[in-house]
Amino acid sequence: MAERLLEVKDLSTHFFTHVGVVKAVNGVSFTLDREETIGIVGESGSGKTVAALSVMRLVPDPPGKIVAGDVRLAGRDLLALTEDEMRAVRGNDIAMIFQDPMTSLNPVFKVGDQIAEAIMLHQDKKKDEAWEMAAALLERVGIPDAKKRVNQYPFEFSGGMRQRAMIAMAISCNPDILIADEPTTALDVTIQAQIMDVIREMQTQFRSGVIMITHDLGVVAEIADKVMVMYGGRTVEYGPVDAIYYDPHHPYTWGLLGSLPRLDLAEKHRLQPIKGQPPDLLLLPPGCPFVGRCAYEVPRCRGEWPPLELVGPDHGVHCWIPVERRLEMRAGLPRFKEWVA
Amino acid sequence: MSLLEVKNLKKYFPIKTGVLKRTTGQVYAVDDVSFSVDKGETLGLVGESGCGKSTTGRTVLRLIEATGGSVTFDGVDVMAASRAEVQKLRRDMQIIFQDPYASLNPRKRVKHIIGEPLDIHGIGTEQERRRRVFELMETVGLSAEHAERYPHEFSGGQRQRIGVARALALRPRLIICDEPVSALDVSIRAQIINLLEDLQDELGLTYVFIAHDLSVVKHLSDRVAVMYLGKIVEISDSDLLYDHPQHPYTEALLSAVPIPDPATERARRRIILEGDVPSPANPPKGCVFHPRCPRAQEVCTSAMPALAVTGEAGERHQVACYFPTRYEGGRRSVSESSFAGAQPGAAGPAGAADA
Repeated sequence: MAERLLEVKDLSTHFFTHVGVVKAVNGVSFTLDREETIGIVGESGSGKTVAALSVMRLVPDPPGKIVAGDVRLAGRDLLALTEDEMRAVRGNDIAMIFQDPMTSLNPVFKVGDQIAEAIMLHQDKKKDEAWEMAAALLERVGIPDAKKRVNQYPFEFSGGMRQRAMIAMAISCNPDILIADEPTTALDVTIQAQIMDVIREMQTQFRSGVIMITHDLGVVAEIADKVMVMYGGRTVEYGPVDAIYYDPHHPYTWGLLGSLPRLDLAEKHRLQPIKGQPPDLLLLPPGCPFVGRCAYEVPRCRGEWPPLELVGPDHGVHCWIPVERRLEMRAGLPRFKEWVA
Repeated sequence: MSLLEVKNLKKYFPIKTGVLKRTTGQVYAVDDVSFSVDKGETLGLVGESGCGKSTTGRTVLRLIEATGGSVTFDGVDVMAASRAEVQKLRRDMQIIFQDPYASLNPRKRVKHIIGEPLDIHGIGTEQERRRRVFELMETVGLSAEHAERYPHEFSGGQRQRIGVARALALRPRLIICDEPVSALDVSIRAQIINLLEDLQDELGLTYVFIAHDLSVVKHLSDRVAVMYLGKIVEISDSDLLYDHPQHPYTEALLSAVPIPDPATERARRRIILEGDVPSPANPPKGCVFHPRCPRAQEVCTSAMPALAVTGEAGERHQVACYFPTRYEGGRRSVSESSFAGAQPGAAGPAGAADA
C-alpha cells in the first residue's frame, strides 16, 4: 500500500474583511501519497492557492483564518501545532515553490545566502558547509557554472534560473511534500519545459509527493496522477487524471475542457466558452458556486451544496444533476466526442 | 494585393549610460523583419518574451518610430506619412492591448473610453457618437446600461471587451491584437477568442495577432510567423507550420507546449532546449539561434540565413535555416549538409556592431 503523506479533510479558510466574509476555501478534502502528484486546477479566485497556504499554515491572520477542518501530515495534526513546531515542519517536511520567482527571492542578498539560510535553519550545518551545499543544489537543478552563480544576486539570474534557485531552496532539506504554486506561469514555454523536467527529477529522487497548483490543464495532463477541480472555494470534482479528462462529470470541468484551443487537433473547432463572469466571492450563493454560469442548472442548485457522489474509483463529483441526465448532456457537447476518442 | 506590407523593418533601442546619457550600445528588438498580410486574413506573430513581437506591432502602427525599413498599408507608405496623415491612417489601423487593467483610464466612464477615438477624429454629431457607442457596446457583448460605469466595476473579460469596442470605434480595417487574451482566465479567454472571430467574419477585419501561446495562435491564425531574438525564423500557413515545422526552434517550441490530454502527454517526445534566450543587446553572430541549436554547424556562426522556400509548399512556407527539417512523402528528415536554398541574409547587427 502506498504511504500516505498528507490528509486534508473538510478544510475551510475564510477571510474576514471589512466588507464581509470571503469563503476562499470551503470544505475541501484531499490526500497525497508518497511519489504521487495531485494537480489542483482552477481559475483565479477559485481558492487553490489559499488551500495550499492553509496546509502550510501561511494564511495571513488577520484577515484569514482556518475556520474548520483537519490537516494531517503522516498522522500528525498540523492545525494543533504551535507556531514554533510548525516552523520546523515548513521546509523540512513540506516546502513550497511560489509562482513568481522575481518577487519571492530577496533582491539584496546573494542567491547562495538565501539557499544557505534555509539549510542552516533546518539542519545543523556551519556557514561554509551550507554554502557548499547551496552550490551543489544549484548544480543539481541544472544551473551551469553553479560555483560562480551561487555568489550572484537574483537580478543576475534569468527567470528560469530564478525558478531553479527557488526549487533548489525548496529541496534543500529533502521535503516529503513539495507544493508548487503555478511554478511555470511566469515563464516562457521552452523554459517551462525545463522546469517541469527538474520538478519531476527531484520528485523521483526524493520520492516526494507533489501538489501542483495551476490553471493550465496541459501542465496537469503532463504531470498529475490525480486532479482536483476547484471553483469558488469548493472542490467540484476530483479523480484520477484520465477520469477527469476522458470521463468528466461536472459541467464546470466540461466548460474548462471546451474552452481550450488545441494544438494537436488538425481541424479548427469553435471554442465552447463558459458563459458569464467569475463569481463575486463575497456574494457566493449557499448552494453551488457555479450557478448562473452553469447551462444545466436545476432549482436546487442555488439553495444547497450537493453531497459528494462517487462516479468511479476515487472519482467524485458534487452536482445535483442526476448522473444519467448528466451523461446525456455530456454526449451532446460538440467537442466531447473527440476527447474520448 | 496585400493590405499590409512590412519590409526589412528594424527597431534598435539605444542603451544610454552615465550622466551624459551617451549611447553605449543598442538593443536589437526588431531586426530585419518582413511579412505581408492579405485583406481578411489573420497573421499570427508568435515567440517568447523579448523576441520583438510586440515591438513589431507597435512599430507598424508608428506608436514607436522604426530605425529602418518600410511599412505600406493599402498602398500608402506609413513610414513617410506626416503627423496628420498618420492620424488619418489610425482610422484604418487600430490596436488591442494585452492588459485590460492598465490600458483603460480608470478615471473615465466607459462611454468616454469607447467614444474617445470618435471625439479625436471629430466623427459625427454628439448624438450620433452616443448612438455609435451604444452600438459598439452591444457588438462586443456589453449591455448599454453599463456606459456610465468606470473600468474598475468590470471583470477582466469585460474590460477586454471595452478595449475591443474602442479599437472598433473608427471602423478600422486592420487591428493589431497584442496578447489580447494572455491576462484572462481560461473560460473568459475562450469568450474573447470567439468574439474576435465573429467580428472578423462580420466586419471583414484583418488581424495581426501577437501572442506567446501557440495553441491560441494556431486556433486564430491563417498564417503564422515565428520570431526569435528580433528575427522571423519561419513563416508559413498555420496548418503547415504546426504539422511540418522546419526550423529547429519552431520544433522545440511546439514540442514544449503541454497538451490537455493525458494519453497524448504520456506519448509525447519533447525537445528541451538548453539555456536561455541571449540578450537582444548582444545577439549571437551568425544565426541568432545557433548557441541553443542542436543542429548548429560552423556555417551557422557565419551569417544569419535569409528566409527561403524549402519544401513542397513553395512560397507559403519559408524558413531561415541552413539545416531545415524536410518532409518528403510524409517522412521527416534533417539534411546533413547545408541547405542550398538558404542564403546568408543582409548584414545584421553583428556586422553593425563591429563597425
